[in-house]
Amino acid sequence: MKDMFIQGNEACALGAINAGARFFAGYPISPVNELSEFCSRELPKLGGIFIQMEDEIGGLAAVIGASLGGMKAFTATSGPGFSLMQENLGFAVMAEVPCVLISVQRYGLCTGVATKPGQQDIMQARWGTHGDHPIIALVPSTVQECFDLTVQAFNLSERFSSPVLVLTDAALAHLRERVIIKDEGELNIINRKTPSVSPEEYLPYSPDVNGIPTLAPYGGRHILRVTGLFHDERGFSTSNPEKCRKLLERLHSKILNHQKELPPPKYYGKDGAEIILISYGISARSAREAAERGIKKGINMGMINLQTVWPFPEEHIMNLCDQAEKIFVVELNMGQITGEVQKIFKGKAEVMPILRYDTNVITPSEILDKIESVVK
Amino acid sequence: MENKQYPFYIDPKLCKKCGLCIAFCPTKVYITGEDDLPKIEHPEKCISCKMCFYRCPDFAIRLKPEVA
Amino acid sequence: MQGIPDSYSDYIAWEQLPHLWCAGCGHGIILKGIILALGELDIPPHKALLATGIGCSGRAGDYIACHRFQGTHGRTLAFATGIAAAQPDLTIIAFMGDGDAGAIGGNHLIHAARRNINITAVISNNFNYGMTGGQFSPLTPENSITSTSRSGKSESIMDICSIAAEAGANYVAKTTVYHVRELHKFLKEAISTKGFSLVEVISPCPTYYGRYNKIGNSPEMLNWLKETALPLEKFQSLSHEEKQKFFWRGKLVQRSREDFLNKYKKQQSAMK
Repeated sequence: MKDMFIQGNEACALGAINAGARFFAGYPISPVNELSEFCSRELPKLGGIFIQMEDEIGGLAAVIGASLGGMKAFTATSGPGFSLMQENLGFAVMAEVPCVLISVQRYGLCTGVATKPGQQDIMQARWGTHGDHPIIALVPSTVQECFDLTVQAFNLSERFSSPVLVLTDAALAHLRERVIIKDEGELNIINRKTPSVSPEEYLPYSPDVNGIPTLAPYGGRHILRVTGLFHDERGFSTSNPEKCRKLLERLHSKILNHQKELPPPKYYGKDGAEIILISYGISARSAREAAERGIKKGINMGMINLQTVWPFPEEHIMNLCDQAEKIFVVELNMGQITGEVQKIFKGKAEVMPILRYDTNVITPSEILDKIESVVK
Repeated sequence: MENKQYPFYIDPKLCKKCGLCIAFCPTKVYITGEDDLPKIEHPEKCISCKMCFYRCPDFAIRLKPEVA
Repeated sequence: MQGIPDSYSDYIAWEQLPHLWCAGCGHGIILKGIILALGELDIPPHKALLATGIGCSGRAGDYIACHRFQGTHGRTLAFATGIAAAQPDLTIIAFMGDGDAGAIGGNHLIHAARRNINITAVISNNFNYGMTGGQFSPLTPENSITSTSRSGKSESIMDICSIAAEAGANYVAKTTVYHVRELHKFLKEAISTKGFSLVEVISPCPTYYGRYNKIGNSPEMLNWLKETALPLEKFQSLSHEEKQKFFWRGKLVQRSREDFLNKYKKQQSAMK
């Protein structure tokens, strides 16, 4: 265990390495570079490999390849690079490849403002790749959570045999805080299963009771067949309607049936509050401060700090907002998560956005002013 | 001379009748047979060059022992 | 049997045949060449990986019994870069089409060659995108008729071998499916070469390219390749105008530049 004073980018990299990652491939982009540079320095010391690829498409591709070769592997990027990775992200979902993608969100649309924060890639994380698919996305708010949730991201990716996203932002990536870093031996680490049958009986995409396939690493006697086409349990392509439907349903159910294993939201404030703030990532820090100030002023309120955005933690939010009359969603975009919250509260509670999308982080005062103007 | 196991067996389920084996056999072992499938007409002319086997794109030309 | 390793059958997923390729398509001839080379080099199926992309050639993995990877269109070499890093003892064959390797994957090809990743790239060049209906690719000869160049391809041909050689590949050779003995020799040499190697194989697409350009069916296309693919030295002696009517075949490069992973590991351990 180490007591460190580091930035979000470094905490993510340390989380990955201490979770067992030994392969990083990526492409330079702001505001992620400290993370990649950290990996280029530290991975070789542990026998790991850092490859700077020719673009982000190649970055995620190499990560997927290394994971299928048996290594824990990850990449990191930001908006434009995240866009380029979308096709291969879909590949990783389809081929059920454990890997972690850290996206440090920058103020976007297109090249945007490369060094300023945003939370504008939340929906891209959910729906950026084509076709129906599930995705797991975690959203740290503190440098400690950057470390903790990156460790969890690797555990979840190995557990569910699926890519997992960690979404930070330009502000959190460069924020320095005191962090407790647990070593690899002190962490609860999950590793993918290895085949329990003989090579002759082995079917790479035959799911276990939890719906998870057992992908033996390339190079062993268990022959691994991987394709992005719809495939049968042997890993050969198929267009059989029944097999296609079943595979698509299993890809969803293997995660959605086990949502309770995903990091639950943190709650601050009074139980059964009438006014609830929902936020995540960097803006959750301001939302939490606003809630604390509001409570001091006598407002009956609480704050939900999401740790997982996808799959959307509907049940947790419904339970925490049991008594809520007014719900405010705080985010640095034009209302991407607000829409999700409105969807689940249709008529049951009033859901209002508190948004900022001008390159700056939202402040606690702005949030409280908005609440007071509505509540009074 | 190596133990001669030629000519080859042609799997009618795999052959797509492209005609490469017939066209490029240097000693004209094959002719076009029933249903346009290649037919081994002159096995005695085979010189074991294996060109038909190498150029068969369908994995249809197989060694006799494999059939059994 | 001489020229056909005993293990030949072990590499083929017989239950998956017949394959989906058209009658007379050359992909099967090249795939068989790869299998024969692996057998002759005593590389067992579980120590070999066939990585493919998208398109007709991309389906090759459906018919083999060794490790199989089929990625997204054009990215085969990028995926294979990660696999090679994690499994340095695995023999990786990246089997790609001309569109896959030359167009959408062209950048990865340049950098895989430059980085000198320990992979053998085999490009089945049938001068068009067969799966999608015979559109031209960068490797289609100039003036060819295709489904997207009905009055002739205006763009010039891309010499992918020269590009790979210039980028730093350790082995580069080119032949046709007519010249099968040369094909087998090149494949064996390429697979045995440490670092990045590339074999381009001109192959018939009788369904589209042969028909559009009135070359004919598969045997007629192979005869055409027999006539038009000249040994490299002979080709180089031709005038610029004459060169437009022919292809070259032969070995362009063979060298032993240190491959990426070895160099990387050496440098990193020197730093410790």
